[in-house]
Amino acid sequence: MTQSAPTAPQDAQAPKGNRPLSEGARQERRLGWMLCAPAVIVMLAVTAYPIVYAVYLSLQRYDLRFPQQAEFVGLSNYGAVLSSEFWWEALWVTVFITLVSVAVELVLGFALALVMHRAIFGRGTVRTAILVPYGIVTVVAAYSWQYAWTPDTGYLAALLPSGSAPLTEHWPAIGLIILAEVWKTTPFMALLLLAGLALVPEETLRAAQVDGAGAWQRFFLVTVPLMKPAILVALLFRTLDAFRIFDNIYILTSGAHGTGSVSILGYDNLFTALNLGIGSAISVLIFLCVALIAFAFIKLFGAAAPGAQEGGR
Amino acid sequence: MSATGRRRVSQWAVVNILVIAYALFPVWWIIALSFKEPSTLTDGNFIPTDWTWENYRGIFQTSEFTRALINSIGIALISTVIAVVLGTMAAYAVARLRFPGKSLLIGMSLLIAMFPPISLVSPLFNIERIIGIFDTWTGLIIPYMTFSLPLAIYTLSAFFREIPWDLEKAAKVDGATPAQAFRLVIAPLAAPGVFTTAILVFIFCWNDFLFAISLTSTSAARTVPAAIAFFTGSSQFAQPTGSIAAAAVVITIPIIVFVLLFQRRIVAGLTSGAVKG
Repeated sequence: MTQSAPTAPQDAQAPKGNRPLSEGARQERRLGWMLCAPAVIVMLAVTAYPIVYAVYLSLQRYDLRFPQQAEFVGLSNYGAVLSSEFWWEALWVTVFITLVSVAVELVLGFALALVMHRAIFGRGTVRTAILVPYGIVTVVAAYSWQYAWTPDTGYLAALLPSGSAPLTEHWPAIGLIILAEVWKTTPFMALLLLAGLALVPEETLRAAQVDGAGAWQRFFLVTVPLMKPAILVALLFRTLDAFRIFDNIYILTSGAHGTGSVSILGYDNLFTALNLGIGSAISVLIFLCVALIAFAFIKLFGAAAPGAQEGGR
Repeated sequence: MSATGRRRVSQWAVVNILVIAYALFPVWWIIALSFKEPSTLTDGNFIPTDWTWENYRGIFQTSEFTRALINSIGIALISTVIAVVLGTMAAYAVARLRFPGKSLLIGMSLLIAMFPPISLVSPLFNIERIIGIFDTWTGLIIPYMTFSLPLAIYTLSAFFREIPWDLEKAAKVDGATPAQAFRLVIAPLAAPGVFTTAILVFIFCWNDFLFAISLTSTSAARTVPAAIAFFTGSSQFAQPTGSIAAAAVVITIPIIVFVLLFQRRIVAGLTSGAVKG
């Protein structure tokens, strides 16, 4: 999203009203649509079609072991999911992990961004180093954490009182999942915030300093308000991303001890319980949750709607 | 240098070292594990006492890993090429041409980038089994389009907006043919953006795990992240720890190399495109 980027040169506005288009403009239009068409068709084919099909499947009783017995059952799969404690537990775990990790990431990400922004030397090295967690395969990082916290193979588990296996207890395991998630994604948050920090004019900060504002006052009263768009975009991206958490949980605990997210629940229903109907209902519910979060961000917090800032075109 | 100056330098040095340690700690641990003798795998030492290549030799002797590596490279490369080609066409149109529906395109690709992959897994699982592309390269490349194509469109249109397109006109005024203007002026300006986008898209495809374990069932198309989750020890009772660690390091190396070589561009691409899949 370019809300955070310094420049977004506006293309010339499309001709207003019903003024007849010149031949050249018409050709330009057609060329534009033709160039975009393949991408649009592919994107719709790989997302819109499957999600519609998922809605259809979710209305069927469909056990993969007995595909012949599939039949239309209306909304009863949704009833089964929504009245199941597993769904609510998974939803609660997902929401908890999302809220805590995004909050921690925001604070840590700000700290990292300020280090990269203000450091008097070594900025390049720091930036390279924090790109490593961002780029590394999530599964690899998750294995590293898993081994580190497992008694016998782990250096971190060795620091704990003997006999403790944090990944096999509910709250410690959730804490470690959050730790793994925070480690991996804070750099992304930091880079987005760094781009936002670059937009805060140095003179404004200096003026505030001259007026007697302390470092914290300058940060909270000048920097943060000026960075609001960048912060909201970073929060939106990370919240939606954290809500989909799967890889870390799958490797760290496989969702045992009440640590499964909604994505893990959907996966288990499909591949362990082999219930395509219920699995699809969960898929659709997760999709609705994500849509709701995005909608809430845009409406309540005024995060610029996707594409709106290029706006009015 | 004054005393306060020296103190500031050493303070920043401490801060920088903390950040670097934070970033590299888990990476070091998996590297250390991969170089440990099987007998010392469980000693919990932070630094291996006896260094060995045995784990690496082990995984490269099994087709389970080498096949997965070929799958990973092949699938990620093909997805990247398709996404970047289609994305370049669309992004060129967005940056260069006047037509209605532009912001709709950008908005749509953003929404699709935010799509929860698990929502696609159950329908795709069924569709792919019915049309017979389950457990094939095609079967993974298709879902990879859901995040790679929006990422490509987004990042590329941000890059293309920065290109001074007037130079093309200037070259033509100076007597260049359209082909020359494109080859000598526009292509060199656009290439870095396209290249950076390709790296980002590749990293995302390389990283995928959920689609890779859901839409494959054999080593025919299983990529490395999925394959290592299915690793078994050399005997029934041996833990595959060493093999997993070695395989993990092997698939991390290309990422580290990309990051080291192109960090400036990757940062630019990330913050202008700002889509995390």
